[in-house]
Amino acid sequence: MARGTITIDEKRCKGCELCTSVCPKNLIQMATYFSARGYRPAILVDPHAQCTGCMLCSTICPDVAITVYREMKSRKAQLVAA
Amino acid sequence: MLTDDMQVVYECPDALTDVITHYCPGCTHGVIHRLIAEVLDEMGIREKTIGVAPVGCSVFIYNYFDCDFAQAAHGRAPAMATGLKRVHPDRVVFTYQGDGDLAAIGTAEIIHAAARGENISVFFVNNAVYGMTGGQMAPTTLPGMKTTSSPTGRDVELAGFPLRVSELLAQMTGAAYVVRRSVHDPGNINKTKKAIRNALNVQLNQAGFSLVEILSSCPTNWGTSALDALKFVKEQMLPFYPLGDYKVADSAKSFIVG
Repeated sequence: MARGTITIDEKRCKGCELCTSVCPKNLIQMATYFSARGYRPAILVDPHAQCTGCMLCSTICPDVAITVYREMKSRKAQLVAA
Repeated sequence: MLTDDMQVVYECPDALTDVITHYCPGCTHGVIHRLIAEVLDEMGIREKTIGVAPVGCSVFIYNYFDCDFAQAAHGRAPAMATGLKRVHPDRVVFTYQGDGDLAAIGTAEIIHAAARGENISVFFVNNAVYGMTGGQMAPTTLPGMKTTSSPTGRDVELAGFPLRVSELLAQMTGAAYVVRRSVHDPGNINKTKKAIRNALNVQLNQAGFSLVEILSSCPTNWGTSALDALKFVKEQMLPFYPLGDYKVADSAKSFIVG
């Protein structure tokens, strides 16, 4: 079960690759295609839902391209679901 | 993947506009803009903030911030901020200056603003070159560092030694809060954000002049990738420009966190 995820705004991303260097799970890669502005944008490759929403990528992103989401279930709700 | 249980924990701060910056890929100006915007939002002072834009790469900063801005002549941002703050003492006034602007043509202005103890905040972005004009040698260029006007490396016999602005201004009686930070990794970015918050807090409490020097990268003019530029900051710039709190006056101590 995913605990978090990110979205990367391809219009803002300039393909500087800084986010790829800080992801603790190495989930961010550079796309093989070009964005409309001519950069290879960063993309999240997370088939096993490992992203925790730790915000390291959004902290280092110079172009504020990354929005971070995190699961906000309360502890009680998690216990009930289990 | 995005599910219904997920909530946004980080998004673009309100104090930044939707305009995409003109900075080169990997330029840390974007990081520093974002930190200032986040602090303005968190402190709830955006509506009463006036920024002063410099000359340099960050000259278009007023397009990116959703708060009032004035544009100063090259190096004169502290002088303009002095006027703004004296006319509008209830406003938060900050300047955002690069090293070519603050440490070269604007040396007189910054030294006297600090000496007078003007109640303004200065964010000084030090990337060791003149970025906008094509990467020429700046007063902060490291000894031996190659730039377009020192192609064999800065020769200290010919060009002298770099200026350490934080150490210089820390000697001023009027300065209340002078620190140096860096944005080369997420931990240091968070520390920089705290320092920006402290500087504005010092100003809000009329404690005096505050300056945060931020070591920044310039991948384009250094001729490196964005990742190697951050490595250069860490390995080459940090030994010459050590991070730390160079002055925290007694009047400012109670407004400093962390």
